[in-house]
Amino acid sequence: MRMELIQPFINAADAVFAESLQAPTKIVDLSMDEETYRRKGVAALIAIKGDIEGRVILDLSPEVALKVASHLAGAELPESEQVVRETVCELANMVIGNSVTLLNDQGFRFKVFPPEIHMNDTGLSGSADTEAMVICLETPCGDVYLNISMHYLHRRRHERDAVHSVG
Amino acid sequence: MKPAVHREKEIAMAQFAALFRKDNKPVRYLVVDDSVFARKNLIKMIEMFGGEVAGEAGDGLTAIAEFNRTKPDIVLMDITMPQMEGIEAVERIVRQHGEARIVMVSSVGYQENILAALQKGAKHFVQKPVKPEVLYEILRYVLSDDPAAVGAPVAFAGEHRS
Repeated sequence: MRMELIQPFINAADAVFAESLQAPTKIVDLSMDEETYRRKGVAALIAIKGDIEGRVILDLSPEVALKVASHLAGAELPESEQVVRETVCELANMVIGNSVTLLNDQGFRFKVFPPEIHMNDTGLSGSADTEAMVICLETPCGDVYLNISMHYLHRRRHERDAVHSVG
Repeated sequence: MKPAVHREKEIAMAQFAALFRKDNKPVRYLVVDDSVFARKNLIKMIEMFGGEVAGEAGDGLTAIAEFNRTKPDIVLMDITMPQMEGIEAVERIVRQHGEARIVMVSSVGYQENILAALQKGAKHFVQKPVKPEVLYEILRYVLSDDPAAVGAPVAFAGEHRS
């Protein structure tokens, strides 16, 4: 697992939740997972394909999602599947958007697919990723999990150019 | 005792002096984002700045129709949306209404995206998650129409122009 590919996602998640909730967040657990992914709540899976490939899963309980949504809307929101789905989706978009901006500016080129939301018992049960980094982020609204599996497929453009010019 | 979110809202509103048009009327905004959640968040900030929501849209095509219907002072426009993306909507709106003031609001802050939006006529760019103080400064700048301010730097993620 390449930490330089994982770090932008961790930094982005930390920044997105800290800035959205206007409160500090803390990484309380970080581990490698070689088992089939087991979802903890509502999960958004985003696939990335290009110079780097893999997927990122943002996973949080419906209660935490509702608290985040209420905080951002500035009003208590009623409990609903749509609100939870929207919230997890938008949070995932913000985390991915911020991290891929950093990776793109570093010279990686790739395509990001829209988030797939898994809420029911069937979603994500068959994920067979061999190696993933799992991060638990403690926020004022509750714990948020990030599961990242990412690897290089191609070198960055300037590295490829350098190799060609040497060769 | 008021709920915590209401108290936070009151405190937040007290931090920002209301923004007005030159005729001293509240600024009217069109909020364009395919996420209802993101729209609610922006609308909360607009209220904090003393503005009015003239309309909402969830895609670029609806944004054009809503712009023509409501003639807002400011458009807050997402980039990645279904049916028609934000940058194309900017181009079409500005082609018809050269005076339109559009601020792009997106999670993705690629330099190419920002430049494309500015070239099509957007006035500014702010990256999500949007900090109220950053958006406030950008709106103040965009509303000022001050020729001396032209060329002020775009605020990227985490930056705050003072």
